Amino acid sequence: MTFVRPNFRHPENETNDIGYSIKNYEGALSTLCAGCGHDSISAALIKSCFDLNLEPHKIAKISGIGCSSKTPTYFLGKAHGFNSVHGRMPSVTTGANMANRDLLYIGVSGDGDTASIGMGQFAHVVRRNLNMIYIVMNNGCYGLTKGQDSATADKGSAGKKGVPSAFDSIDLCQLALQLGAGFVARSFSGDKKQLVPLIKAAIKHRGFAFIDVVSPCVTFNNTPTSTKGYEWVRDHLEATGTVDFIPQKSEITIDYPAGSTRNLLLHDGSELLLHKNADDYDLSSRKAAMNRIETTKEKGQILTGLIYHDSTATDTHALIDTVERPLNSLAQEDLCPGSSVLEQLNGSMR
Amino acid sequence: MSEIKNLCATNDFVIRFANVNGSGSASANNLFSKAVFRLGVPVSSKNIFPSNIQGLPTWFEVRINEQGYLGRRGGYDFIVAVNGQTMIRDYHDLLPGGYFFYDSSKRLPDTFTRNDIVEIGIPLTEICNANYTEPRLRQIFKNIIYVGALAYLFDMDFSVFEESIKSQFAKKEKLIAPNIQALKLGYDYAEAHHNRVCGLNIHRRDLNGEQILMEGNAAAGLGAVYAGATVAGWYPITPSTSVVEAFEKYCRAYRVDEATGKNKFAILQAEDELAAIGIVIGASWNGARAFTATSGPGVSLMSEFLGLAYFSEIPVMLMDIQRTGPSTGMPTRTQQSDVLSAAYASHGDTKNVLLFPANPTECFELTVEGFDLAERLQTPVILMSDLDLGMNVHQCDPLTWDDGRMYDRGKVLNEQQLTDLSEKWGRYLDVDGDGIPYRTIPGAHPEKGAYFTRGSSHDEYAAYTEDGEVYARGMQRLLVKWDTAKKLVPAAEITGANSAIGVIYYGTSDYSSQEALDTLRSNQAIDSMRIRAFPFGAEVAQFVENHDVLFVIEQNRDAQMKSLLVNELAVNPNKVITVLNIDGMPITATFLVSEIQQHLAKISTASQIQEA
Repeated sequence: MTFVRPNFRHPENETNDIGYSIKNYEGALSTLCAGCGHDSISAALIKSCFDLNLEPHKIAKISGIGCSSKTPTYFLGKAHGFNSVHGRMPSVTTGANMANRDLLYIGVSGDGDTASIGMGQFAHVVRRNLNMIYIVMNNGCYGLTKGQDSATADKGSAGKKGVPSAFDSIDLCQLALQLGAGFVARSFSGDKKQLVPLIKAAIKHRGFAFIDVVSPCVTFNNTPTSTKGYEWVRDHLEATGTVDFIPQKSEITIDYPAGSTRNLLLHDGSELLLHKNADDYDLSSRKAAMNRIETTKEKGQILTGLIYHDSTATDTHALIDTVERPLNSLAQEDLCPGSSVLEQLNGSMR
Repeated sequence: MSEIKNLCATNDFVIRFANVNGSGSASANNLFSKAVFRLGVPVSSKNIFPSNIQGLPTWFEVRINEQGYLGRRGGYDFIVAVNGQTMIRDYHDLLPGGYFFYDSSKRLPDTFTRNDIVEIGIPLTEICNANYTEPRLRQIFKNIIYVGALAYLFDMDFSVFEESIKSQFAKKEKLIAPNIQALKLGYDYAEAHHNRVCGLNIHRRDLNGEQILMEGNAAAGLGAVYAGATVAGWYPITPSTSVVEAFEKYCRAYRVDEATGKNKFAILQAEDELAAIGIVIGASWNGARAFTATSGPGVSLMSEFLGLAYFSEIPVMLMDIQRTGPSTGMPTRTQQSDVLSAAYASHGDTKNVLLFPANPTECFELTVEGFDLAERLQTPVILMSDLDLGMNVHQCDPLTWDDGRMYDRGKVLNEQQLTDLSEKWGRYLDVDGDGIPYRTIPGAHPEKGAYFTRGSSHDEYAAYTEDGEVYARGMQRLLVKWDTAKKLVPAAEITGANSAIGVIYYGTSDYSSQEALDTLRSNQAIDSMRIRAFPFGAEVAQFVENHDVLFVIEQNRDAQMKSLLVNELAVNPNKVITVLNIDGMPITATFLVSEIQQHLAKISTASQIQEA
């Protein structure tokens, strides 16, 4: 990998509607292995935030531990980041979100971080429908400790050590569906065209948005015998309808044959344009989504794209009925009942 | 038959109620102790309950003492034995000359043969059956009937019970008359059948002044409201659960936005204690005041996260309502056995600030102070309460709040300050020499102040580093902060100045220690120190230095506070004598006096031998 990133930017490099160039969305230089799928996901996040005209400092990026969890250093350098403890990104994000509902929370985790040590916290953050996007950079192995199988490694899949995984794998999309996530998608780090619109839609979704991104580990799990390697994944992708993200104010300029697309409305009025394919199903049906994942799996393929979408789910703040103002902005006079109330309370305890 | 010398006392005795849990006895027993309080007589009550919901034995001890001693005394002068399962044990636990009150609907078994006590039989079941037809009412009023009987036996002013019933059922008026009637049934029966039998009396005094009756956990929960906590993540565990329940109750009363009806608080019952503390850390990092409450097992689970908060310097307010360990231990019994695990919670070199409240008033005050300290020091602060303090109703000073008091939110740079900053800001840069750097809250400024929080080693500018020197510098700076903490935490309470003997205690041992010291001081000058915080301030070091013999009173097996003192202050362990109670019951003054006296006798013999 390169250790120097040129500062030079083409003078005609475009800026977005709030006057930021893409540079304002970048982070520190990645220290991951050259060719790591995770870096492509970071790039997709940068592109998505740039395109959506998000103010970087209004984003909080929170991760657990592992290669994937290192990536928040490599995107959105103007945003606060928090590399917490292994498997505990969901609870830290929950607390942060409770304190300030106005920021965008990007949670980054890995398959070890989510499907093993953090399984409990993953399940419960889904159940609470926290307003966040939760990205799993899924490579089927523990990269940072040199390639042990993770719980998402498919049975029989073998990485660099050549030993096939003995256990059934955990499908995080199915799990998220079963636990009630309102937005469930899967993508591939090598498919930027699919990933960027999915991330944008996830950002616009109010409530819990889950994206499982298969992201090959070039060092330990990119063998022909691995079901998480570039080659295998590329050959076995089966996408749900292609997705385009249409911002709220944009006109839909892309022209598709009538009847071949359909629109999904997101919370702020932006839309997802879906190009149907032959065996399209109802994306708002959890049962259909579950079924489709299973049938695709039976064929030995991986289902990618937007898998399930329900815009009606109520997020945590709505469920516990908190005020619109961020709790961290409430001042002492908003919070402290004062001495006269205490006098009354004393009186009631005699 | 030997002669019975009946116990006679006014406003100075101990009564035990032996009940079955889930039978509604708690409210009847509280009615009794509150009546004592309202008669102006100091009272303390201890609920000794099983880890169970229904059907197992539970005891309620009430100590009435007009000198104001509120700790456990030890021994029972009067026992209300309404639990068949424990009757024989209760019978034998009674002090000679004491009174055994039982339900005489059934004759006492032949094995109950003590002739040094007074048996007072009241046919509670028969009275209930004669007056109530509904089984549920029979059960509830049986308890109220015995309270009525006690009112007569102890010669208590009956009107105080009537007032209590009226205020208790102010919102359910139709319950007032039947409750008063039940009290009268007991009162009248006792008057008719046990006239002048009992030598124990509770007579009206005016000793309670402005004091209140409150549970420590309710006070801590209320403290969190007053301190401005807005986020609580928690996981149910005895004996801490009622902290968050109280927080919620008071929030619902005082923290609902009038205009919108929406909540100015977020309480999340988490999936476990790990998530509970994670929520607190995330919220604190993001600029809200947040807390969680747990007990020893929870602290064990939270340890990894506490290390993260210590090392990445995030404020955390944690309340540890200690119970009997190790492991599940005795979940419904008290202990002070998390001192070491809390002080040094987490792997690597970590130290956490501890606060030791001794009564509900301090639970309130130290909770408020704890939030200030956590933000000022950017580190975890742990309130070390215990089951005795948290779950029992204590008589204590009223709670006070100075409306001029402002929260200390610590060193936080706001947008303007960041804009005005000319030099490069470093999240972990000590610019004031107190070891405390400046922090920023996410979203504060478009260009400045963003940084990456991490539990891995970092330099002064929050950048990842594996440079050992930089790492060591950061760790040493945390010690500078630790020294600053010593000056900020609440000082120890010290009494006396000139004796060579010092007694050290903390937390709920305060009650019995004060009583024991009053007794011991009649023969021997003794200084005392109640520790209120860790790290130890200069006054603690001075006290330890100035005394040749130090008694350390604790409610754990391994003398954990002694370990902390020896470790942190380089005390000679040979001059420390530990006085330890580990049976899960609050420590008693009787035990303390006898233990300390024995040691003092040995010391004086030894010094005489030396002199000879």
